[in-house]
Parts: sequence; C-alpha cells; structure tokens
Amino acid sequence: MVNRLAVNLCGIPMQNPLVPASGSFGFGLELADTLDLNLLGGISLKGTTREARFGNPTPRIAECTAGMINSVGLQNPGIEVLVSEKAPALRRIYRGVIIANISGYSVEEYAFNCGRADACPDIDLLEVNISCPNVHGGGMAFGTEPKLAAAVTRAVKEVTEKPVFIKLSPNVTDIVSIAKACEDAGADGITLVNTFLGMRIDIARRQPVIANKMGGFSGAAIFPIALRMVYQVAHACRIPVMGCGGVQRAEDVIEMMMAGATAVQVGAENLRNPMACPEMLEALPELMDRLGIKCLQDIIGVV
Amino acid sequence: MLKKIFHIGSNSPVAHDTFRLVLETDASVTVRSGQFVDIALPGRYLRRPISVSDVLPRGLVLYYKIVGEGTREMAAMTPGTALELLLPLGSGFGPEKCREKALLVGGGLGAAPLYLLARELLQAGKHPTAVLGFNRADEICLAEEFRALGVPVHVATLDGSVGTKGFVTDAIAAEKLQADFFYSCGPLPMMKALCAALDIPGQVSLEERMGCGAGFCYGCSVQTLEGPRRVCADGPVFDKEVVLW
Repeated sequence: MVNRLAVNLCGIPMQNPLVPASGSFGFGLELADTLDLNLLGGISLKGTTREARFGNPTPRIAECTAGMINSVGLQNPGIEVLVSEKAPALRRIYRGVIIANISGYSVEEYAFNCGRADACPDIDLLEVNISCPNVHGGGMAFGTEPKLAAAVTRAVKEVTEKPVFIKLSPNVTDIVSIAKACEDAGADGITLVNTFLGMRIDIARRQPVIANKMGGFSGAAIFPIALRMVYQVAHACRIPVMGCGGVQRAEDVIEMMMAGATAVQVGAENLRNPMACPEMLEALPELMDRLGIKCLQDIIGVV
Repeated sequence: MLKKIFHIGSNSPVAHDTFRLVLETDASVTVRSGQFVDIALPGRYLRRPISVSDVLPRGLVLYYKIVGEGTREMAAMTPGTALELLLPLGSGFGPEKCREKALLVGGGLGAAPLYLLARELLQAGKHPTAVLGFNRADEICLAEEFRALGVPVHVATLDGSVGTKGFVTDAIAAEKLQADFFYSCGPLPMMKALCAALDIPGQVSLEERMGCGAGFCYGCSVQTLEGPRRVCADGPVFDKEVVLW
C-alpha cells in the first residue's frame, strides 16, 4: 500500500513531513517515554554550539496571546556530546530522519561544528541556524545579510557531504534575498522561519518578563507570517523548504505544504502538547480525504 | 507522563487569594510528593504548573494562589469543568532520606506539597513536624490539615498576628525544633536562610517559569553544583548541597 504521507526531502525519503523543530523537542530522547518517536518523519535536535552553553539567565519563558517568547539562549552540551552521545542514543531507538541543528558565533565555528556532525553516521541532515550573532562582525546576525548567510553556507558545504538546510531568521527586510544567497552558495534546502524577536513587560513589576529583556516569539500567532515567507521563498528558490512557524493542527500542515513546504516543522505547539505531532499525523488522512488529496507529495507548492 | 482529562470537584477559597482545587478522574493516579501537574487553561497558551498537595483514590488536591490573569480565571471555574493535565511531572521529595524526625518547612503555598510528604513520612513510621510561614493571619492555609494528620504545626507570621513573629527560621529557633532531615518549599530567600540556619541535610523545591514542564524545552534551567539542571524534570526537588545559593 502506498504511504500517502510520504515525502522526499532532497533525496531523503521521509515517512511523513512532520518534524519537531529544533529547541522544542530536546534531543528526542527526553520524550522517548511519552510518545512513539518512530511516528515522526524527522527530528530536529536542540541547537548545538562548539562549546557547552548554559544559555541565558532565567526567566527565559514568557507567555503571550497565541504564542510564547523564549530566550533559552542555546543551552546545549556542545558538539562533541551531540555526535558522541545524543545522536547515537537517538539512532538506537529512532528510524526517521535525524537532523542536527548547528549554531555558531563565527564562520569558522559553523564549519567546525558541521565537520564534526558530518563525521557522525547517525546524523542524516544538517540544519544550520544563522540567527546567531556574528561575534567578529559587531554582533549582527549572520542571517540578516545575504553575503554573511552565503559565507556560512559556503563554509559548511565545504566540510560536509550531508544535505545542508539553512534555517533563516524572519527578522529581516527581504527574506527572499537571503534565501537566494544561500541557494546560490550551495544550500540543499531552506528551513524557515526561526522565531520573531519579541518582548513582554510585567506591568506590576515594571520590568521585562524575560531576564534578557527580549526573546524569540513563536506559536500560533506567527503562522500567517511564516506561511507568507515560506510561500515567497519556495516560489523564488528551486531547493526544497521545510516550513516552520505556528503550526498546531493538521490543517496548518496542509496549508504550509500548499505554500511550498516539502516538510513541516512543529515548534512551540510541542511545549503546550507533547503529543501534538502524533495527533496531527492521526488527523491527516481523514482531512486529506475531505480535501481530495491522494498524497501529500502532490500538494507541495500547488498554490 | 500522561495527558489526562480531570473534572473540577470543588474549587473553594481557603485563604486570601488562595484556592483549594479538587480534581477528579475516572481512575487512580500515581503521584509522589513534590511532583506537579501542568494544567491547560482555555484561551491561555502555556500550561500552569501546580504542585500536588494530596492524592485521592480517584483524584488530586491542588492549592493555588491568584498571581495573574490565568489563575484569576481558574478561581472562577465551577465544579464539573473539564481540565486537561499532564502528569506526573518532576522529581519528588525523598521521604526515605529522613531517618526518623523531619522538619517540613513551608513558606506560603509552599506548604501544599509538604502535606502529601507528611502523609508519606507518617506511613513510613517517621515523625514529621511542620513549620509554616506566612505574611499575615489571613494567608494561613493547610495548618489545620497537618494537625488533622497528627503532625505538630508551628506557624510564623511576618506581622506576628499568629504564632511566632518573623520567619520560619525564627519559629525553628524559638521552639528549638530538632530533626535529622528537612524538606522545604517556598520563596528562595526563605529556603536560603533555612539552609544557612540548619546544619542538617535537606531538600528544597525550586520554582522557575516553565515552558514545556517536562524537560525538553530547557526553559527553566538552573546552574547547580552538578551543572545545569532542569527545574521541571531534574527537579523541582534538589538536595540543598547542589543548589548554588
């Protein structure tokens, strides 16, 4: 029987397009007792830097209307622990696509981390988070400038044979120019979007809710903006897109795919409901019947 | 961790802005003292983590205080209302760590999880004594419930309206309370002062703003002597020695 949910992501077969987004699902291992991980098309692991990081001071979570702000600040155990412990441990219990999410504070760090991830046979795909500040370039995020984004892309493509997706920040004026710069520099795909820079104030204490003042806003509220950006990028680029931002139900998955996403990531919704992905997967076949969709692969970019 | 629907059995005020919430379900639930549940509130994006104060044959008892819009809405909920919970979450207290005599030191609503702990200690044949601190008389809760278990209760109020005037540490000193282990839940400054005042080992329950409540978003991490730890999953209960006061 044909798997109606199957998609092909730049040559990698996926049993379905659903991927918990980086940062919303730990290293997968944390949820192994809660749900059947093997239901998931892929898992994007927690963003990893060269050195271990504690991240930002707490509070680093703020609730919002239809969303939330996080300022976790890339807490992670470092690239060596990822490749020697986390990814192998996940591979022992998980058959789907394992995506390493790589961060860095310099082009050299991105290349180093991707080189280490390339050498790990348990990692199928690299997703490079270019929303980090460039510490050698005045702190501006790599993902806000086409030339910088391209420089990171070229550097990581040189050190890996694995498919490389560049994960874009939405906090830019022209997302298409960044995406095209990554494509021209050799990216195999684009993940978009990361979180939107946001802020909340505790009006009783007259202070920001988040210790770091600002953080990344995500959740249902950003869905229309994320969808618009996925649509723009998917139509401007030839490489595949993983759509991410505010997805919380099966209808949103279909919508993201119609906009041009080949795979669909689920982020903040996992924090509200750890079973979000399995529940969406369960709802998809009936929804597809109702919409006259035979296979998900058929609807990618139909709009 | 389970996702389960409960129905409100009762939701009644017991002290200033403080409510006792009884949640009922169709089967028995397994929760240890110090563990918590994460409640989804209609129209609110994130769940509300609340510690479990008691386990009933088919339900749970929770205490909560109105601290924001979400808890204010909770206070207006009527019996029969369905609520979706994730549970049980977090590590619990370790009643086995006490040899014989335990001090249960609560600040405000921190008394809530200590009630279930008192029951566990009594069941194990140990002797808990409760020391409960509040700002004022109208905030006092759970003192009678501890007494009903046969647990001696010492109250401290900041304004001196009931019991010892001052902090829980003042009550412990005034009553010359002795124990081989202590358990505490309450404001961080209170637990810090307590750890400094008592030279016996103990456990404290920490609080932090949480995202997922189940250990995979890393929103509530704290630095400890043993490295970064997630309050929701590695805690909320920690040995006093590993906390970086």
